[in-house]
Amino acid sequence: MPETITGAEALLKSLVEEGVDLVFGYPGGQILPVYDKLYDYRSSIRHILVRHEQGAIHAAQGFARVTNRPGVVIVTSGPGAANLITGLSDAQMDSTPLVVISGQVGANFLGSDAFQETDVVGITQPITKWALQVRRAVDIPAAVARAFYIASSGRPGPVVLDIARDAQVGEIEWTAYKKLNFIRSYNPRPTVAPADIVKAAGIINAASRPLILAGHGVTISGAETQLAALAEKAGIPVASSLLGLSAMPSGHPMFKGMLGMHGNIGPNYLTNSADVIIAIGLRFDDRITGDTARYAPQAKIIHIDIDSSEFNRNVRVHSAIHGDARDVLMQLIPLIEPASHEGWAAEFDRLNSIEDEKVITPELSHGGPLTMGEVVDCVSRSAADGAILVTDVGQNQMMSARYFRFACPRSIVTSGGLGTMGFGLPASIGAKMGAPDRTVCFFSGDGGFQMTIEELGTIMQYGTPVKMIILNNNFLGNVRQWQELFYGSRFSQTPMVNPDFCMIARAYGIKAEAVADRSGLASAVERMLAHDGPYLLDVSVASEGMVFPMIPAGRCVTDIMLSRTEMFDPGQSHD
Amino acid sequence: MIPHQQLFTLTIYSEHCVGLLNQVSIIFTRRCLNIEDVSASRTSIKGIHRLTITVWSDRDTMDKVVKQIEKRIDVLRAFLYTDDDIIYQEIALYKVDTAKLMKEQYLESLIRHHGARILDITPDFTVLEKAGQPWETEALLEELEPFGLRQFVRSGRVCVTKSSQEPLNIYLQEQELRHQALEMRQSTTENND
Ligand SMILES: Cc1cc2nc3c(=O)[nH]c(=O)nc-3n(C[C@H](O)[C@H](O)[C@H](O)COP(=O)(O)OP(=O)(O)OC[C@H]3O[C@@H](n4cnc5c(N)ncnc54)[C@H](O)[C@@H]3O)c2cc1C
Ligand SMILES: Cc1ncc(C[n+]2csc(CCOP(=O)(O)OP(=O)(O)O)c2C)c(N)n1
Repeated sequence: MPETITGAEALLKSLVEEGVDLVFGYPGGQILPVYDKLYDYRSSIRHILVRHEQGAIHAAQGFARVTNRPGVVIVTSGPGAANLITGLSDAQMDSTPLVVISGQVGANFLGSDAFQETDVVGITQPITKWALQVRRAVDIPAAVARAFYIASSGRPGPVVLDIARDAQVGEIEWTAYKKLNFIRSYNPRPTVAPADIVKAAGIINAASRPLILAGHGVTISGAETQLAALAEKAGIPVASSLLGLSAMPSGHPMFKGMLGMHGNIGPNYLTNSADVIIAIGLRFDDRITGDTARYAPQAKIIHIDIDSSEFNRNVRVHSAIHGDARDVLMQLIPLIEPASHEGWAAEFDRLNSIEDEKVITPELSHGGPLTMGEVVDCVSRSAADGAILVTDVGQNQMMSARYFRFACPRSIVTSGGLGTMGFGLPASIGAKMGAPDRTVCFFSGDGGFQMTIEELGTIMQYGTPVKMIILNNNFLGNVRQWQELFYGSRFSQTPMVNPDFCMIARAYGIKAEAVADRSGLASAVERMLAHDGPYLLDVSVASEGMVFPMIPAGRCVTDIMLSRTEMFDPGQSHD
Repeated sequence: MIPHQQLFTLTIYSEHCVGLLNQVSIIFTRRCLNIEDVSASRTSIKGIHRLTITVWSDRDTMDKVVKQIEKRIDVLRAFLYTDDDIIYQEIALYKVDTAKLMKEQYLESLIRHHGARILDITPDFTVLEKAGQPWETEALLEELEPFGLRQFVRSGRVCVTKSSQEPLNIYLQEQELRHQALEMRQSTTENND
């Protein structure tokens, strides 16, 4: 006998069927039927009560990025749903799977400007992978199945289910739940064309200066092993995007660093010397390419991506392989002839050693005030292997991406495409809940920390043991840097007067320490990491620190600034 | 250099669902592309709808637009055509003053010459209908102007391809095979459990 249940209960049962045991949310009028039922389901679904809906969605993003499973968010209609816009847009940009459930006014009130009605589907359609309004209880299980399938397959992304009150309170006869694995208008796992593989293998086998660009798609498809296998077999140096970091361990001999505006000199400069570029799950963002007209002029570009709309979108490619990165690499590797390009690989090391000497060593052994690089380096050295880096946005983000060392996959959680300040704190909560056995180190600026500072309340309520490090320069540092370099040092609206962050943390029952100088750093970091619980370090760093190297926006990847006054000069190649 | 601009016709096949037009139109909005005209209708295949949109743009932009449209989950396929690839028509309705029209001694030859027809006559007004190319419906419009034109409307373009079949059929067959393969794989894994 099928049992008769409410739509609200059908929603929760469907979530359980999809393997959900953790959701982030905030209640309100139009989602109350669901919250009421959640009370009965509290042993199977853990609900994290955040302090602001933006916190819920960034936490869900953090969870999704470390687990590879959709993050789930539940909010009320109107203001609750509207507070999710930033996170939806962020998740869409960074291909992060989310299933977002918002309450909606009753079906017969729709379109009447009813209390707390907002056009959720209309607002979110441009910034989500898919959005649907559900008006009848009987439609809920199929809608949930569709939502999970779409969010997590193909190029992942956020989906929205806007559930009218009638659907929550209406009744449905519960029958066996059916997961979805087919939609005729949507093919998330394209069959790789063998001819494309053969063509690409030919290009790679003939290369003398090949370079692999590893993007976020490597992590999404779980192709880390295949990435290393390809690089090792054919002796190909690997560079990664910001979001592709940790797909290969930082210490791997073939790993030559990060690409892009604040990336490493070797991979950026040599992009324009490479004769073959193999981009894997990377969308050639303008932060990576700089001036596309002068990008990789000598290279045949092979582009492996699951989303065919990315081909030729930002740069022209010679060989496009449509498919999942792992599927493609597994078919490609057997056709690749063993090779080594020692001279070419050594060229990366030579250029990177110039960066060591000109940029990294001065950053790490500085006589003056503490620098961001030093703090990140110290935390990274002290943290256990397998630590996860979560960042906010700005100089803190670039410096932690540059100086943190990654030992295993899925170790970076950062807002790449949208660059959302305030992302980090809630994302670190979600990351810790998704990976409770790993240390989560969250670096933030003093500006971004205050954008979602209310989530300290969530950390307090659940005792989430995240390690928070504020790189405090009393400035909106990243903007300050641009003002200094490109706007004649006119520091318009970037100096910040800050509160006592430690006092705030303590008010939330969180242990906190201020670090004013070098002598106190290492021991404070030790105490933070040894503490069994959340911990905040408020570290004073140089107020006028700069992130270098830097390729100014729109310039060629070989136009690299080493400091305020010095441009990079490659010197003599030993090739 | 401004890339070569021309008139493109897009036909978009989709599931028949709420909000589909919005999903498509936001892609034009993002790129600041002005839609010339748009029409929606069912197709020869049950349950599948189509939009026909015309837009002035360049080939490179439109190739990207098509891919982004196809990326929407509920869209089955989108096809990009120029005028050489298709047979197309529009339909125009003209409402004119009956009294003035009746005074015209060449009324019959005017209607015949333009291949128009009378849809409705009341003592007050007459409604004419003409199908054709925009310049043809435009020509009749000019001739009717002296008769006190009260209303005029032109539909968006409708078109069929010069190929012999609904272009979607092959796609649908492929999807059916994909579905069967998935089902088969699932039942074998279940049997192995
Ligand atoms: C202040 C600031 C500075 C920045 N500076 C830099 C910088 O210096 N360097 C840098 O790299 N970035 C930088 N970024 C980030 C940058 O804006 C982009 O977010 C980043 O470059 C995107 O990386 P990606 O293409 O690897 O990932 P995404 O944007 O997530 O793209 C992933 C790609 O992989 C594809 N994909 C997904 N799943 C699969 C699969 N299963 N198989 C195959 N393909 C798949 C997707 O279709 C997509 O094309 C900065 C951001 C900020 C905010
Ligand atoms: C929500 C949001 N608003 C504005 C910006 C623009 N922005 C980028 S970096 C930055 C400064 C960040 O300052 P802070 O958080 O103190 O970090 P720092 O750069 O000093 O490490 C600003 C304002 C942004 N990325 N996100």
